[in-house]
Formats: sequence, structure tokens, C-alpha cells
Amino acid sequence: MFVNKFKQIMFAISVFSLMFISEMALADYMNVLNLTKGVTPTSKMVYGLHMQILYIVTAIGVVVFSVMCWSIYHHRKSKGAVAEQFHHSTSAEITWTVIPIIILVVMAIPATKALVFMEQTGDAEMTVKVTGYQWKWKYDYLDEGISFFSSLSQDSNEARQRNSGIDPETVENYLMDVDNRVVLPINTKIRILTTAADVIHDWWVPALGWKRDAIPGFINDNWTYIEEPGVYRGKCAELCGRDHGFMPIVVEAVPKAEYAVWVEEQKAIQLAAAAGADREWTKDELLEKGKDVYATNCAACHMAEGQGVEGLFPALVGSAIVNNPDASEMIMLILNGKNMMPAFKDILNDADISAAMTHERNSWGNTVKDVIQPSDVKAMR
Amino acid sequence: MSEAVLHDDHHDHKPTGIGRWLFSTNHKDIGTMYLVFALIMFFVGGAMSMVIRAELFQPGLQYVDPQFYNSMVTVHALVMIFGALMPAGVGLANWMIPIMIGAPDMALPRMNNMSFWILPFAFTLLLSTFFMQGGAPAGGWTMYPPLVLQLGDGFPYLVFAVHFLGISSIMGAINIIATVFNMRAPGMTFMRLPLFVWTWIITAFLLIAAMPVLAGGVTMLLTDKYFGTAFFDAAGGGDPVMFQHIFWFFGHPEVYILVLPSFGVISQIIPTFSRKPLFGYTSMVYATASIAFLSFFVWAHHMFTVGMPLAGELFFMYATMSIAVPTGVKIFNWMATMWRGSMTFETPMLFAIGVLFMFSIGGFSGLMMGITPVDFQYHDTYFIVAHFHYVIVPGIIFGIIGGIYFWLPKWTGNMYDEKLGKLHFWLSTISVNVLFFPMHFIGLAGMPRRIPDYSVQFADWNNIISIGGFAFGLSQLLLVWVVIKCVRGGEKATDQVWEGAHGLEWTLSSPPPFHSFTTPPKVTDATAHS
Repeated sequence: MFVNKFKQIMFAISVFSLMFISEMALADYMNVLNLTKGVTPTSKMVYGLHMQILYIVTAIGVVVFSVMCWSIYHHRKSKGAVAEQFHHSTSAEITWTVIPIIILVVMAIPATKALVFMEQTGDAEMTVKVTGYQWKWKYDYLDEGISFFSSLSQDSNEARQRNSGIDPETVENYLMDVDNRVVLPINTKIRILTTAADVIHDWWVPALGWKRDAIPGFINDNWTYIEEPGVYRGKCAELCGRDHGFMPIVVEAVPKAEYAVWVEEQKAIQLAAAAGADREWTKDELLEKGKDVYATNCAACHMAEGQGVEGLFPALVGSAIVNNPDASEMIMLILNGKNMMPAFKDILNDADISAAMTHERNSWGNTVKDVIQPSDVKAMR
Repeated sequence: MSEAVLHDDHHDHKPTGIGRWLFSTNHKDIGTMYLVFALIMFFVGGAMSMVIRAELFQPGLQYVDPQFYNSMVTVHALVMIFGALMPAGVGLANWMIPIMIGAPDMALPRMNNMSFWILPFAFTLLLSTFFMQGGAPAGGWTMYPPLVLQLGDGFPYLVFAVHFLGISSIMGAINIIATVFNMRAPGMTFMRLPLFVWTWIITAFLLIAAMPVLAGGVTMLLTDKYFGTAFFDAAGGGDPVMFQHIFWFFGHPEVYILVLPSFGVISQIIPTFSRKPLFGYTSMVYATASIAFLSFFVWAHHMFTVGMPLAGELFFMYATMSIAVPTGVKIFNWMATMWRGSMTFETPMLFAIGVLFMFSIGGFSGLMMGITPVDFQYHDTYFIVAHFHYVIVPGIIFGIIGGIYFWLPKWTGNMYDEKLGKLHFWLSTISVNVLFFPMHFIGLAGMPRRIPDYSVQFADWNNIISIGGFAFGLSQLLLVWVVIKCVRGGEKATDQVWEGAHGLEWTLSSPPPFHSFTTPPKVTDATAHS
């Protein structure tokens, strides 16, 4: 009863102060104020803990600031206040040491319980390994053998280029949409392993209630149990280089039956892709595929027209390596990386690399205009 | 005015020309140089934050490449922390500690000169990276590997700049410790030291303990990049997370290195304008010391999400929460000092009260993110950005600015323009809250930090935040104007300057003679801090 009343008052205070901040479209602002409750037992527990602590510190703040304001108003020289000369009081000092300790203990108990709960990663029914790359995510469904990359969706990617002329407001789910979603079953305890291939990333979907670093050479284990079907969006949370802001995460939670159908589809797609790498491709096929591969994997640094960024990322237009009739140096560079250029050998298959190379060597006035076959790349691995 | 001071005036000839500054061994001149340098760096770092806020003013990329944006974020932090905040603190210490304890100068005047003159060189190294292949550091001021190792030609410049800054800080700290331990006037016992001096002794010990750790960490980065070691590379048996442990073992005490001098300043200001002795002097000293001690046991709360064992997470959560106790003691002591005082609200007092309110807000959010399970949501979002900017801007910078207004009449001999000072306070306070308060909201709602562009639901708040940012930036030009105006003239300040001021520095003339306390004053309970 008291607690409810207290919560109402707190809520009224926060709404009231917000109205001061802005009289404009209040609804727009109100949607972007607080932590999400989320859709997992963990996220709900975390949300409850967050609100509890928020109320406690707000209450402390109201009391402390009121006392200060009262003192500032009454104990001022202009009101004729005469300074007393006391300078210590043992009882007061003990009081304001002991009361905070009690409050802290009260806060620590549920926090400890929540932490213990969150660290129970055992008994998972399935495992997904998440690998961070600059700047995309790779998902391996360890039990099903499914594996794919997930990058920023094409429409967001075009709109986010500097001076693209595209208004982000017109792009659906701007910067929060990907080409391939992570599909997960609901009501299933899922172990999620995070790791990285190059630098440290951090996999964060707020609706799941946690984030966890993805660290090259190490594997962190986490778990989730999604209770409601839906699409949940998140982002990389650890600065990971130039396009850190452009590697979103989209989780699609579906009923178990639907998940089983999706798994079969994915397996079929993977088989088809594997077959493509071994045959001879036509130039048109390579150019068409290469354009897509380039846009997803290369354009972030080397830019859409291969012009690069001066002082940071070399231009591919007129590049000596790209225009070298002997393609081997270029293949090695793409496979193994160099400085900021990541190694693509585990990211792209032979067909992808040969297509991207064919695209680069035939575009923007580059002069070689030859065809690189998947077999050429395979030979260099 | 004491006889000693008159005696000093007689010999008060200053060196002239550029040599006065280049070869200075005078604590007042070196203090001035530190403060001017800090002010310049404050505007350099501030200009970078204006670029950040301009880019974030609306969604989409308008002005800068994301890589350059990352450089802005990174170098803004390095410049503000090592170039503005720390030198400002050392500048105040240089100016005030000798005249607060009745010493003629710092104990090691030539080293004092050197520790200042390293700074311009260090920052030339750091800022020159903007013109190099690969650009300026862009991996965050925390320099986490492997990302930081991707930096181009600027990388060794970053490492050596950090080394130089560390050397400068350590020398400054040694000087302060040597001065306070050896050069106190007769009767100036430790428990009679003004609190500003106390906070600086503790800060100096923190510096000596923490800076070598940072130097070691960045040296390991250097050998990882150029000499084939693998301290932070899992492929060679190393661990990238180890760098984070090393960095934050420095980084958390660093937070207190920044904040304690500011606490010291407001512990001088509040009693002065309350016309009442500082409440709980002894407990203030012990609270400061325990905050400093505890600061070495909480570093991992900056990195809860790296995946630590449960026992480690629990330890660092409890340790972090426990810091709230001594911090609370300090806030309550300041409140009790004001209680039943006879307060007036000149600009220094306004800034000090601003610190009390707004540092507390930063403290509350700090307590929230000390709770590990909830920090898994807060970590690396704008909620964190809101938290540490509340601590640093209205917490530390307001304290330093308060100190500048407080001591400016003593330094220059002229009163500053009180009306402009108050205007500066109110403009800063309003804009700083418009700037940082909404960051709590967007952080909780899911906006990560260190991103140059964001999804459109965050557009409205970012708009407001940027306006607050521009307003805050512009307001600081007022400070420069007030200082220049005060240096050039104004109503003459008395020796005591403020009605409620106590302590040795207020017994000197305003401005104090170039060489002061060449004959040590006698300190008794009556002439000490209270």
C-alpha cells in the first residue's frame, strides 16, 4: 500500500520534471526513457532490480536535496542567520555511516541472487556460437551445423553513407536491421557462446537482459530463455573500429515447430552454396554476385566506388595490387589480411572472393578486366 | 600583514621576458602556467566534443567519417583527462599548497619546471597523430587491444605521449609529497593542514601508485605491436582482457586522482562562505583516505561484461558498493558545514553547491551501475556516458572553476566581475543538465556509446543534448573573459578577500609577493584552518 503510493508519487515527479524539459511531442520522448522489461526471466529480474534501485536512490536524493535546499534557504546571511561554530557530532556521523550501510546491504541481497541466477549456464537444450567480426556477426548453430553471417541491411547501409541524401527517417528500422536474422526457438534454454575473430566486440540484445563481450581467443558462455515470440533488436556495444555503430543484431524468436522448419531451409541453402564453389563461373555471374559481396564486405572501408578514405583506407581505383595482371598478391591479401584489413579466409568462400575480385578488377576504370575463378582462390589457400 | 611578508616585498624582483616562464622555478609562475595550459586544453578537448555533438545532432552521417569520429571520442577523453583536468589540479596545488602550509616554494623547484614543460611536448606528440598515416588514436582512450594495435603510424606517438604524461604526473606527485612532508611551517601539524592539502597528498600517493601501472600496460602494447611479444594476443598465449585489468587498476584510482583535488577545493570554499568551520575535519581526512584505498579494489567494475567468475563479480560488486559509504560521509559533512551557517552565495560558493547536487547525481548512477547484474544492461551505453560526465563536469570541473573564482582575487589582487561570474555559473548549470541528463534516458533505452550514428528513435533526445552541449561550450568562453578582465584590473582585493576566509594564504597580500614565507610563519590552532 505504502510502496504503491510511493511509486505513484515517484512516477508523478519524474513525469512532471519531464514536462518541464520539453512541451513538445511528449509521447516521442516518453518512449525513450527507461530500460526495457524484456522477454526473458533474466531481463525481467534485471528490470525489477533496476527499478528498485532507481526508487531507492531517487528517495535518497529527494531527502538529501531537500535538506540542502532547506538549509540554503534558511541559513543565509541575508536572512540574518548567525553562524554557529560546531564542527563535529559523533552521533550524527555514526548515523550517516550506518544508515547507508544498511541500505547497501538491502540492495546487495537481491543483486546477489540475480547474479547467481544469471551465471547458471548449464542444462542448455541447444547452443549458438556468436563470433564478432569487423563489422558483422557470424552465427554457428553447433547442434545443427548451420552457419551464416549477419550484416547491416542494404537499405540502412546505403542511407548511412556520409551525405547519402537519404533521410534515415524513411528507412525502416534504420541501423537496426540485418540481412540474415538469428532465428531462435521460444521456451528453450539456449546457451549462447560469444567470441570474436579480430578485436573485442560485445553482443547485446536489450530484450534478453544482458550483454557480453566477444573476445578473440576466448569463449564466454551465457544463456537465454525467450518467453515470447517476436523480433528483438540489439547492437554491438564495445567499440570495435570504424563501423562499430553499424553491426546490429536481430533475433527472431519463433515457436519450436516454426524453428524446425527454418533449420531445414537453412541446411538446404548451405548445401547449395557449397556446390557453387567447385564449378566454373561465367563473367556475368561473377560480376553480379561480386557487386553484392563487395557492398557487404568491402565497401565499408574501400567505399562504394572503390575510392577509399584518404590516409586511412587505400583506394582500389588505380591500385597497383588490384591492377596487377598476376592476381596472386591480391588473393593472398584478401585471404590473410594486413594491418586494418581483416583476413577473409574464414569469412568468405572461394566463390565470394573470386566474385568480389572480378568485380573490383572490372570496375571504376580499373584496367585488368579479367575473370578470377573460385578455383584460382582455392589454389592459394 | 606580517613582518615576514614586508620583508619579502623588499626583495621582490621577478625575472623578466620569456625566460621568466621557460626557466621558472617559482611555484606561483609554474602554477599559472599549469592553469593556462589546462584552460587551453579544455578548449581543445571541448572543440572535439563539439564535433561529436554536431555529428550526433541528427541521425545519418553529416560531417565526419566514422573513423575520424572515433578519433574525436578517443582524443577528447585523453586531452580532457591528461591535458585539462590533471594539469588544472596540479596548477591549483602548485599555487596554493606552499602558501597554505607556509612554505617558501615547492620542495623541488627545478623538477617542478620540468614536470610542467613535459606537458606541451607530450601533447604535441599526441595531437600530431592527426596528420599521420592511419590517423589519430581511434580505439577509445582506454586503448584496449587488439583494436588499438590496428592504429597506424600514430601508435608509438600515443604510447610515448602516455609515458611522458605519466612521468610528468609522477614528478608532480613526488614534489607535492616532499613539500608537504618537509616544508610545513612550525606548528602546521598534519591534522591542521587545510583539507585541500590533505586531498592533494592522498592524490599524490595515488598518482605514484597508479601511473607506473599504466606505463607498464602501454609498454606491453608497444612490444606486442613491434617486438613480437604476445601479452595480449591469445594466439601467442596472452590475454586481451589482461590489458583491461592492468588499465583499470590504473584507471579507477585515476578517477579519484581527478576528483579528490576538486573535493579539496570545495572543502575550502564551503566553510568560507558558510562562515563556519568545516564539519568533521577528521572524518573528512579518513573518508578521503579510505576512498583512495578502496579505489584499488574496485577496478573490475569497469569491465563486468568481459566474463569473470561469479566470485569475482560478487567481490567487485560489494567492494564498489562499499565506496558509497565514505563518499556519503563527505557529502553529509559538507551539508553539515552549511547547516546553521551564515551563507552568502558568491560565485565560488555557487559552483561548490553545484558540485554537491550534481556530483551526487553522478554518485547515484554510479551506485546503480555497481550492481553487477543490472550493469550487464547499463555497460557501454549512454547511461555510462551520463554517469561519468556528471562526475567529471559538474563534479570535478565545477570544483576547479569554483577554486579559480575563489583564489583569483588572491592571485591577481583584483576582484573578478561577480555579475559575470554568477551568469557563468547559471548558464553552465542549466546547459550542463540539458547536455547530460537526457543521456540517462537514451542509455537506458538502448543507445550504445561511441557510435557516430544512431537509430531514429534516439533522434529527439540527441537533438536536445547537442543544443545543451553547444550552450555549455559557449558558456565557458565567459570564464575566459572573466579571468582576462580580472587580470587586467578591477576593484582591489583585500588580503583576506572573503569575509569568512581562514588560513595562511589569506594572511599574504593580494597578489602575494613573488617570494612568500621566506621566513616561516608560526601556526597555532587559531591561525590554522579553523
